[in-house]
Amino acid sequence: MSTQIPQQTDESSETETEPEAASKGEERRAEKRRRAAEERERRQAEEAEKAAADEETVELKVFRYDPEIEGKQEPRFDTFHVPFTKGMTVLDALMYSRDTYDSSLTFRHSCRQAVCGSDAMFVNGGQKLACKTQIADLEQPVRVEPLPHADVRKDLVVDMEHFYEQMEAVEPYFQTNEYPDGELEEQRQTRENREKVKMSTRCIWCSACMSSCNIAAGDNEYLGPAAINKAYRFAMDEREGEEIKQKRLEIIEQEHGVWRCQTQFSCTEVCPKDIPLTEHIQELKREAVKNNLKFW
Amino acid sequence: MYEHDVIVVGAGGAGLRAAIAAQEAGADVAMVSKLHPVRSHTGAAEGGINAALRDADSWEDHAYDTMKGSDYLGDAPAVEALCRESPEEVIRLEHWGMPFSREDDGRVSQRPFGGLSFPRTTYAGAETGHQMLHTMYEQVVKRGITVYDEWHVMDLAVTDEDDPADRTCHGVVGYDIQTGEVSGFRAENGVILATGGMGQVFDHTTNAVANTGDGVAMAYRAGVPMEDMEFIQFHPTTLPSTGVLISEGVRGEGGILYNSEGERFMFEHGYANNDGELASRDVVSRAELTEVNEGRGIEDEYVHLDMRHLGEERILDRLENILHLAEDFEGADGLTEPMPVKPGQHYAMGGIETNEHGETVIDGLYAAGECACASVHGANRLGGNALPELIVFGKRAGRHAAGEDMGEAEIETGRSGDWEPADYEFEVEVGETGGRGPAAADGGAVATDADGVLAAAVDRAQERVETLLARSGRNHAEIRSKVQKTMTDNVNVFREEPGLKETLSDLREAREEYQDVAVSDPSRTFNTDLIHTMETRNILDIAEALTMGALARREFRGAHWRKENQIRDDENWLKHTLVSWNDGEPELWYKPVILEGENKEYEPKNRSY
Repeated sequence: MSTQIPQQTDESSETETEPEAASKGEERRAEKRRRAAEERERRQAEEAEKAAADEETVELKVFRYDPEIEGKQEPRFDTFHVPFTKGMTVLDALMYSRDTYDSSLTFRHSCRQAVCGSDAMFVNGGQKLACKTQIADLEQPVRVEPLPHADVRKDLVVDMEHFYEQMEAVEPYFQTNEYPDGELEEQRQTRENREKVKMSTRCIWCSACMSSCNIAAGDNEYLGPAAINKAYRFAMDEREGEEIKQKRLEIIEQEHGVWRCQTQFSCTEVCPKDIPLTEHIQELKREAVKNNLKFW
Repeated sequence: MYEHDVIVVGAGGAGLRAAIAAQEAGADVAMVSKLHPVRSHTGAAEGGINAALRDADSWEDHAYDTMKGSDYLGDAPAVEALCRESPEEVIRLEHWGMPFSREDDGRVSQRPFGGLSFPRTTYAGAETGHQMLHTMYEQVVKRGITVYDEWHVMDLAVTDEDDPADRTCHGVVGYDIQTGEVSGFRAENGVILATGGMGQVFDHTTNAVANTGDGVAMAYRAGVPMEDMEFIQFHPTTLPSTGVLISEGVRGEGGILYNSEGERFMFEHGYANNDGELASRDVVSRAELTEVNEGRGIEDEYVHLDMRHLGEERILDRLENILHLAEDFEGADGLTEPMPVKPGQHYAMGGIETNEHGETVIDGLYAAGECACASVHGANRLGGNALPELIVFGKRAGRHAAGEDMGEAEIETGRSGDWEPADYEFEVEVGETGGRGPAAADGGAVATDADGVLAAAVDRAQERVETLLARSGRNHAEIRSKVQKTMTDNVNVFREEPGLKETLSDLREAREEYQDVAVSDPSRTFNTDLIHTMETRNILDIAEALTMGALARREFRGAHWRKENQIRDDENWLKHTLVSWNDGEPELWYKPVILEGENKEYEPKNRSY
């Protein structure tokens, strides 16, 4: 798998012409960068020394790229030595590196507890949520890269637009033709049915599955495991009713829908919420077949 | 420049609900959020939504419980609105497809929660917030509401009259995190702040890294009073190493707290002889810390929360998420061993002063959700009352901002009615370094029309970005951690005068250091160094207002405990604390609590559980 850097021949010439007006600021910034780099090197050297003396240090190799910063336009790996503490996650190590060595190290993160879905990354060759990946479980040096099969914006941040578009392509909202009469009356749902859709509702939109999927890599229009799972979440919800289910099956049966899946299980393997994505896709295939037979 | 009728800042539960309501009321609405909506911290809420849905229950009982839980610092008109409207809002979520946990008859389940006289906490496993957030975002997608995600709102565009009550908000200034573009967002009708919590003011918190109280600080500097900021909820069951929340649902289902002696201390040491583990959150947090302080903690730090006796089936059915959290973030298996827990910052009861329609004292500026203070939680929020607040007050603010006539509000904002100045002298200087600056709103004195006010705000924001990027100086991270440390050391569950004073002077020092702050990443692309640096300013302003309130209030009420006066002192303190920025020279003042409800007066009673 490869990490994709967006084409940027035009962009780089643009960034070169722009700063002319602010040349003084540019000089100051360049000077500042030099000093910051020196300081970084000094601290890094200190940590490297510590690392030699003390085994309780983690070595991170982190992918770096910034389309507008000289020296970062060519992707590279930076090494950070982080003092290990019990329970340290990859996210903890990244935050330490950023706050101690290099404040320009960039990655998305927010909740720290595997529910916001911001920090899916490629860690030692696998799609992981950085916040729930223990350093102690990883071989060193720990290699941290942005998610494969997505355009890199900067460092570990990828463009999520395509993923969001696919999620929104499956009419990802509840629909029904009949509500109960009373204003304060809820729709009934059996425990069994709630149980059936439960795992599918746990998706946190991290896009680890999409990144791991070979089919999605080759077919940009493929809905992908997360979006199909979203369709499953509604298609299997008895509250929507048969008529809506019909429509949902048509959506997932489109050319770039469920039939593209070749059941390689890579999505299921990487899902941080343990959603049986491949099973859900298979079940929708079966539903679609049953449905087609019904009208045959 | 972008133009809409209503601009909603923040896209968690309150923001999403506000946007949907404003659109339904006919407004062209847009959301501006530094995170994509599904990344919002509403998604981390676990326990549930209180709503009087059943015949044996009533919204009046819910209101009574909430007033008692608030230690009589909630305002009755807001509390009653919350309790009256929560049932229809919960059913609306169900109609939008939210996957609630169910009873055998197919109706939504409800469970007991702390401080409630009826099991009225509606839930979806131990992931209620996640399901609520996604359900509402689905509705936003369905309605095609515009979302500017990964735009950090830097400031409000507000006119600069001397009296905040005469000011008008015309929009916000956003910074596009992806490209570095600074742009104005003009709001024809109103701006709704829904930026959530401010947990990053502390270092052990259940809140997300993004919860830096941006909206609260922005409103404060624009002249809106901060209300009851000293009331911070410390949740009794957070994981010691990370602050990750273990839901009150565990105790609601029957989980038990033990100290190092194996004693069920809530009963055995008499903290809450009736309700035990299900006493109000402030009561349980103080009990845990008392146990630790008296040498009965485990590893001198935490206590045990045991749910093994509930059995695997029940745990998997109702609390499965808790097993994952304890395993992933503390290495504990909740099925076979007790889980270590200790109190952690969880929720801010105080915030932007609003009335029950979500209006602030500034015309055209609204707030809803955790960033706002209507006030429904008073001195202590009951578990399960945060999520209904998001949907009820999100909806109300959205409708009002869209121009719907909701009648005269009963809660007055700003210095109107029976307000009184505080006679407290702070020993250290507070507020803007170097004293009173230009009017916070600073319309540049010349700009009076809406577009001019917005353009001036954009220019100031642009200049600030350029300055931070160009100069060299101190990194914000050490300042931020200094603030978090002093707040956690001294403005925690137990508070006393010397510690609070120490924190106020630590904050002064941090403010002065912030004068030299600079951003070393020169990039315009996804510059999180810049964003975090701006957030740290917000953290500073909030921490100071909070500590000012904590110092002045010499009594013990709800979540606020003072060593010097360990009783609830209704004679002197049955009133709200307010802090006004006053263009850089903060002022403390008070206003009365409204205990008069629609049909009854809530008589302050002894709050025992």
